[in-house]
Amino acid sequence: MVRYYLSGNEAIVEGAIRAGCRYYAGYPITPSTEIMERISVKFSEIGGVFMQMEDEIAAICSVIGASWAGAKAMTATSGPGFSLMQEGIGYAAMTETPIVVVDVQRAGPSTGQATRVASGDIMQAKWGSSGDYQVIAVSPWSVQEAYEQTINAFNLAEKYRVPVLLLTEEAIGHLRERMDVVKDIEIFNRRKKPDAAPFGTEERDGVPPMPTFGECAKVLVTGSTHDSYGFRRTDDPLAQDKLVSRLNEKIINNREKIIDYENYYLEDATLVIISYGFTARSSLFAVEALRAEGRKIGMLRLKTLWPFPDSLKRYIGAKANVLFVPEMNKGQVAGEVRKYVSCQVVTFTQTNGEVIYPDAIIEQLRRYL
Amino acid sequence: MSRDMQQYLRPGINSTPFCPGCGHGILMGLILRAIHQLELNMDEMLFVSGIGCAAWIPSPHFNADTLHILHGRAIPAATGAKMFNPKLRVVVIGGDGDLADIGGNHLIHAARRNIDLTIICASNMVYGMTGGQVSSTTSIGAFTQTTTQGNPYQPLDLCKLVIATGATYVARHSVAQPFALINAIKKALQINGFCFIEVLSPCPTQFGRHNQLDTPVAMIKNLMEKCITKNKAKKSSPEELMGKIITGEFTNGVY
Repeated sequence: MVRYYLSGNEAIVEGAIRAGCRYYAGYPITPSTEIMERISVKFSEIGGVFMQMEDEIAAICSVIGASWAGAKAMTATSGPGFSLMQEGIGYAAMTETPIVVVDVQRAGPSTGQATRVASGDIMQAKWGSSGDYQVIAVSPWSVQEAYEQTINAFNLAEKYRVPVLLLTEEAIGHLRERMDVVKDIEIFNRRKKPDAAPFGTEERDGVPPMPTFGECAKVLVTGSTHDSYGFRRTDDPLAQDKLVSRLNEKIINNREKIIDYENYYLEDATLVIISYGFTARSSLFAVEALRAEGRKIGMLRLKTLWPFPDSLKRYIGAKANVLFVPEMNKGQVAGEVRKYVSCQVVTFTQTNGEVIYPDAIIEQLRRYL
Repeated sequence: MSRDMQQYLRPGINSTPFCPGCGHGILMGLILRAIHQLELNMDEMLFVSGIGCAAWIPSPHFNADTLHILHGRAIPAATGAKMFNPKLRVVVIGGDGDLADIGGNHLIHAARRNIDLTIICASNMVYGMTGGQVSSTTSIGAFTQTTTQGNPYQPLDLCKLVIATGATYVARHSVAQPFALINAIKKALQINGFCFIEVLSPCPTQFGRHNQLDTPVAMIKNLMEKCITKNKAKKSSPEELMGKIITGEFTNGVY
């Protein structure tokens, strides 16, 4: 087995290359820059195309262009750059262009604290572009998972023809840990079907096969409302409704297949922590410390943030009566959790640019035990 | 459009969305004639455009791969496709607002990188699609919906700009110079490197009617009067060149 000692940012590069990524365009921004530095070197060795563009808008648009030219393509950025990419993310959703966007979250808003950590872009990831659309967003909690989730992100992007966002955090990006290269891992490659409609299916929630530029398909791609062959239908109410509905339903109706999570000590837990990303590491430490005292506490770790796991009530079991959501933001995921449960939801937020330590979680939890 | 050109049009396309008197239809025909004369295979071509009237020249009309992307972002999207698949012959078609205003940053950086792209900027000196607002190429004093007292700012000379930033081939012609324009497009399609053609295209609907150029004929006549060839310009005094637009080829960094 090949074993590395890497940072989360470096592991993302290893995962991308393993998934088949051969086009990367980016713009330097702390704390994501190591991704573009490493991939520029790796691509020169294995034959990928690396472009340092003039801004994040150019980066995401060139990734979209490369994706249509047949590439598995990725860009990486952080909060302010992620904001600049939002129009491109909306375009990729509308044109069903598979791309992977990494957001190594830092403390915002705006320039904020460039070298400090936060999870403040969860809502921006879902709602940052105009109109009604769906994205898939995944959140790793370790260097190993940064590698695996990057591969997963490419697979989901190709499978559902959707922008997939890898929402990681500065603390994961710069964390150094052991990373094992997984031998048997599924790699999903783009489905092609000559002469098939590139933007429509028989099913209301289907994912059409995707043609590639330069292969005589004469593809017509537009971000305007279009029919199944890409012709603009900018004043047709039925075309608008049909397209927008399918773009949403192809993700929402497949959410059980997309959503991934992990359970810890949930069998008899009355108090459940719902956690994700780096914070889940501290949460698990807190759970295990309190379990050692005999407390009935467990944890649900969300690996997928969008589409949001709306069945989390089923995942956490009937005994849970208090849900505790620690986050490095002002309660972005806690608000989502409240939509889907009727029991008490307690938020624990921290926006000081530092990770949440286990002791802080334990201290808060004691109030409810 | 002649029957020879029909093969370059996407099946089912029988009309264009352009207003009467718009120069973009002329330009569309000239681009296809250049492709026809060079006997290029449309299956190996990719047309990228942003948002605006000129962006509709290739999308959906041209029977090739067409990428109709975000406003101002045609050049980066073209860069991504070209860099990943260099076999594609990539042509960007857009207006002045699209390529020079919102997309100006991408224009200069693509020229700097000297990426093998053909950029055709249909400059009508106004934002046509949104109803006639001032653009970066609107001439001083011109009236638009947002410069009702006359445009106070000097226009951007796009050819000078891309020459300064490293373009390989640069040319400017109006749609009233069709043969020179076809030749320029042919050269730009054949030359490796960043090729830029500024095409002066009349917009009677949104520009002409605010500037005492109410008819398509008046606009074309005005373009012919305003344009002066590079060679004539060399022999003219600065006074004679006031308000004139210099046309011709500007290669080897010489304007």
